[in-house]
Amino acid sequence: MATNIEVAHATASATLAPKLTFAGVVARFVRTKPLGAAGAVIILGMLFLAVFAQALAPYDPYVGDYGAQFQRPSAEHWFGTDEFGRDVMSRIMYGARIALFVGFAASLIGCTIGAFLGVISAYWGGRVDLLLERLMDILLAFPQLILALAIASILGPAVQNVVIAISIPVIPRVARVVRATALSVKENVYVEAVQALGATGRRVVLQHIIPNIAAPYIIMLTAQLGAAILAEAALSYLGLGAAEPTPSWGLMLSGSAPSYAEKAPWIALFPGIAISLGVFGFNLFGDSLRDALDPKLKGRG
Amino acid sequence: MGTYLAKRVLLIVPTLLGAAALVFVIMRVIPGDVALLIFGGEAGGQIDAKQLADMRHRLGLDQPLIVQFGTWLWGVLRFDFGNSLWTGRPVIEELLIRLPLSLELAIAATFVSVLIAIPLGMLAAIRQDTWVDYLVRIVSIGGLAIPSFWVGILCILMLVIFFGWGPPLEFTPPWIDPWANFQMMVWPVVTVGYRYAAVTTRMTRSTLLEVLREDYIRTAWAKGLRERAVVVRHALKNSMLPVITLVGTEFAFLIGGLVVTETVFTLNGVGRFVVDAVAHRDYPVVQALIFLIAFGFVVVNLLVDLTYAWFDPRIRYR
Repeated sequence: MATNIEVAHATASATLAPKLTFAGVVARFVRTKPLGAAGAVIILGMLFLAVFAQALAPYDPYVGDYGAQFQRPSAEHWFGTDEFGRDVMSRIMYGARIALFVGFAASLIGCTIGAFLGVISAYWGGRVDLLLERLMDILLAFPQLILALAIASILGPAVQNVVIAISIPVIPRVARVVRATALSVKENVYVEAVQALGATGRRVVLQHIIPNIAAPYIIMLTAQLGAAILAEAALSYLGLGAAEPTPSWGLMLSGSAPSYAEKAPWIALFPGIAISLGVFGFNLFGDSLRDALDPKLKGRG
Repeated sequence: MGTYLAKRVLLIVPTLLGAAALVFVIMRVIPGDVALLIFGGEAGGQIDAKQLADMRHRLGLDQPLIVQFGTWLWGVLRFDFGNSLWTGRPVIEELLIRLPLSLELAIAATFVSVLIAIPLGMLAAIRQDTWVDYLVRIVSIGGLAIPSFWVGILCILMLVIFFGWGPPLEFTPPWIDPWANFQMMVWPVVTVGYRYAAVTTRMTRSTLLEVLREDYIRTAWAKGLRERAVVVRHALKNSMLPVITLVGTEFAFLIGGLVVTETVFTLNGVGRFVVDAVAHRDYPVVQALIFLIAFGFVVVNLLVDLTYAWFDPRIRYR
């Protein structure tokens, strides 16, 4: 019975919906959301730098050259060199790896755990829901950066610890939204209908609730990416992120960079541009993706 | 309103208790033996066992965890957060020294950002999809992307290169020397405020856009009111409620902004106190500050919710 309905439904939607090719979708996105497309170009550029850093970087990002400290931007060192004589541009290229790794890992972990808890909360309800909700309330009592700072300070400075520190504050925020969405899906008549037809709980969750929370999940994930990169930069700047000599963008700005203001302002200039441009790209893309995926949310926030 | 108020106030009690427990676990249980840390941790080498035991006893670390937690909570209720391990002075004293600067910074930044954000957001909304709107949107999305500490660093670069500026050492309250205070605070206020302004601009724009599509706005147009009357008197007034929410959500931004900005400008405020305490592994201070920040955050959010309920009776009866 259920299979028949599904087959009928599948063929109906296949004939009703226009044929979607990947190229077609991309072309439409570029046409309707030029700002989002610009964001995507920035993200792709950043990915390109990160993947091919080894081939593209003119110098080793870790090895200093004491004969070449504080070099002005020139044909040899486009972005100049820092206090150890390391090439700033090479360090920024390798830094893209860390920014993207922390951004993607922290967002994926935070959003996935959050979504998982949200679905559990909504589907099981009762005591499980109450307990999880109170737990999320407690986590929400802390501003994001403060909680991340506390966790990072306990775990110690390392890239994987930054990922944990940034992802934990994301969990309750995602769980909230997913729980609300899943609850409203659960109340739909068609969900009651499949339950009446004898569908198991697992089937309801997998076939009906999960597909419906996919859009908010993707929206939150992309929105989180920029925020996570920014958080990584802030933690590294405060000395709680990756440790020297890791070429993290935030770390490049910390400590001595401002004190060389007169001598070598480029040390403090280029990593900041890299962070801003990267986050700007993710934010532009995320904003447009949200508009495209969920017309109900259009224009909000 | 009475029942709603009572319900909401009662609901924050378990949240705060849970927050206190979480802070206690993160700061006291996970890092291991605080007494050992005071003596220099693993790096300390030989530590006299008797001295260590004395220290543990003095800090109450030989008590069961639940008793330690109770003692700490009881102290919190009497505003006694223990002594800083770094300076040996009561945490609350150290905090009160630093509070005026951070409060001034937070209030000034909020004020400046609202002053910029509401007209800009309004302009973008009433000129939607024109170049004005695109410009405001790009500037505000850009504002969100630029890290505050970098804006601070840029301010310092500019001041040092063009004006030979050095960082100020001591906080002068505005009622003693307004000019000295202004000189010290203006760039930090810009650094904290621009980001806040970006968020508020976006919020004002989007809520105003929603309101402008309402039927009563069409009525206002139809009866021949001028644009100014429609936008300011009818639309803006009704779109301000979500902007109030921002005051709550942006409190988190503000705290983060203070932490970073005070570090960049080496201002002796609460934000830098947090960073310094973390760097010195001064657990009583970190524990107290993080709990107090959470407390403030929860209370601000409660006040925002109550304001909402006050203005919108539908919420009270849900």
